[in-house]
Amino acid sequence: MEHNPLLEVTDLRTRFHIAEGTVYAVNGVSFRAGEGETLAVVGESGCGKSVTMMSVMRLIPIPPGEIASGQALFRQRDLFKITENEMEHVRGKEMAMIFQDPMTALNPVLTIGRQIGEALRVHLGMNDQQAQDRATDLLAQVGIPDPARRLTEYPHQFSGGMRQRAMIAMSLACAPSLLIADEPTTALDVTIQAQIIELVKRLRDELGMAIIWITHDLGVVAGLAERVNVMYSGFIVEEAVVDDIYENPLHPYTLALLEALPRVDRRRDRRLHSIPGAPPNLLVAPHGCPFAPRCERVIERCKVENPTLELVAPHHKIACWVDVTTGKPR
Amino acid sequence: MSATIETNHQNLKDNLVQVNQLVKHFPVTQGLIIERQIGAVKAVDGISFNIAKGETLGMVGESGCGKTTAGRTMLGLYPITSGSVRISGIEVNKAPKQDMMTIRRKAQMIFQDPYGSLNPRWTVSGIIGEPIRVHKLMKNTKERDERVHELMLLVGLSPRLINRFPHEFSGGQRQRIGIARALASEPEFIVCDEPISALDVSIQAQVVNLLEDLQDKFGLTYLFIAHDLSMVRHICDRVAVMYLGVIVELAERDELYENPLHPYAVALLSAVPIPDPKKDRSRQRIILTGDVPSPINPPSGCRFHPRCPLAIKICSEVQPEWREAAPSHWVACHVV
Repeated sequence: MEHNPLLEVTDLRTRFHIAEGTVYAVNGVSFRAGEGETLAVVGESGCGKSVTMMSVMRLIPIPPGEIASGQALFRQRDLFKITENEMEHVRGKEMAMIFQDPMTALNPVLTIGRQIGEALRVHLGMNDQQAQDRATDLLAQVGIPDPARRLTEYPHQFSGGMRQRAMIAMSLACAPSLLIADEPTTALDVTIQAQIIELVKRLRDELGMAIIWITHDLGVVAGLAERVNVMYSGFIVEEAVVDDIYENPLHPYTLALLEALPRVDRRRDRRLHSIPGAPPNLLVAPHGCPFAPRCERVIERCKVENPTLELVAPHHKIACWVDVTTGKPR
Repeated sequence: MSATIETNHQNLKDNLVQVNQLVKHFPVTQGLIIERQIGAVKAVDGISFNIAKGETLGMVGESGCGKTTAGRTMLGLYPITSGSVRISGIEVNKAPKQDMMTIRRKAQMIFQDPYGSLNPRWTVSGIIGEPIRVHKLMKNTKERDERVHELMLLVGLSPRLINRFPHEFSGGQRQRIGIARALASEPEFIVCDEPISALDVSIQAQVVNLLEDLQDKFGLTYLFIAHDLSMVRHICDRVAVMYLGVIVELAERDELYENPLHPYAVALLSAVPIPDPKKDRSRQRIILTGDVPSPINPPSGCRFHPRCPLAIKICSEVQPEWREAAPSHWVACHVV
């Protein structure tokens, strides 16, 4: 399971300066994704999972956004130091992104063929005919029937699942080595979600690309990811290989999230375990552990000092002062 | 659950809600000046079921299957095309005006979108107090405010927030406001239309537990419409699976999840992700091809036949009959 490093992010801090003050969206996040690896980033809305990846792609509008610190090495090149022109070459060609809502991510007044063809013309210098032929292949590859005719249609003529397939086809146009998927199945029905997950798995195995899958759904990534990062309030709180996250979660937040999930494969045996309170206000600079106000295992130290992410077992890091199994300080 | 809540026993006393061959079509028209009807969206096309007092019936299916339309039509929010709905013996949209007011008080709804379903210009006090005002349940403003106070405490909101506006609340808190509003008229039956799907996982559990507590406290009856099959298994007593305007299977919760019969129900359940990597990897998934067809021209015979892995010749010709395949386990399929 060892992969050569592809993307290495260190101490990323992203903030937004808005009328109400400063939003502390990402607060010193470090992680790596290997070549061909599937990494899942899991967390609730506002935990900074999307902003982290948007920062790496340099898609954060500045201002109001600000990347206060950090380094994002993509194949040894710091994405925060290269020019916008160079970045445009990385985006689309070496790393591509798909989004939750394919309707807003697609341009409604251009045909699907035109939109897929754009990357091919810009990045690979193809002419119109070549771009069209390649786009037809791509649509066929993502399982859209009658691709040649579908190329001439507009996004509104596609169903939700079809649009997401078209988005994936577009992202694959230049055979990127990293695909960032930001909740790509959240807006879809479960049967369509299963289709898209199967498709992404197949393409990953065929093309050997790395995937960073951002989601709030711990169920979706269980069968898909190799490693999982759990985020809360702009911090990574737990990082482990997928089986450890589900079988042996060590951060109280991960544990609570798993206990809050009902299971389709089990009879009901108890009430759901709910996490009291709500995620913290990001307008307040973080102080202490961000999960402390909602944590069942909180100790005095949690309220004053934020734990850093540390290795506590092989390939298993958590940011917590408490040992969840004993409830005592570590 | 006793055998008394079977779909064919139409007139049992403990059935609070009785739905019989309910049909809701929306006309499709053409022409600007002289409009004429050229077809109909057959959103709900003949569904029958009962809900016993104190029971939670789940209704699941993909988007566009008609589950939301069914819920709204049952409360008289849309005119009924044909068939009937009875709530505590009163026929929705047919009963005299006074009886309809009774239904509107006794049957309430909780909506999916906690942002769109609350008037942004009204305070919490106005929103929760509205049903009390409409149904003249309290004598004066002071009594009404006290009742709103009480309702806020009941759903876990601080009464100090009574004069705040919806935008000052989080999604989970807004859903609590929606629940308090539904409870204000002391209902017996609540249609919960995807009440948790817009909420974060950690908040979903809070709202589901609240709905269960309220059910225990007031003996409420729920129709729980959702696409999250895991949550439906957790909260519901019986579950109905809808596909393109019809119910294809109806059974008690564990019976349905452990022995699904209809190929659509089987595929739907196999597509639900399980938060257990080893189990999820080893599972046999049935991946349905294609999308749900248009409800304007639903397929002939069994509506699921174009996507069905088990389809045989008869499936495209004859609509399968609704039969009891096992005790209290109903299904409409030629093959299973």
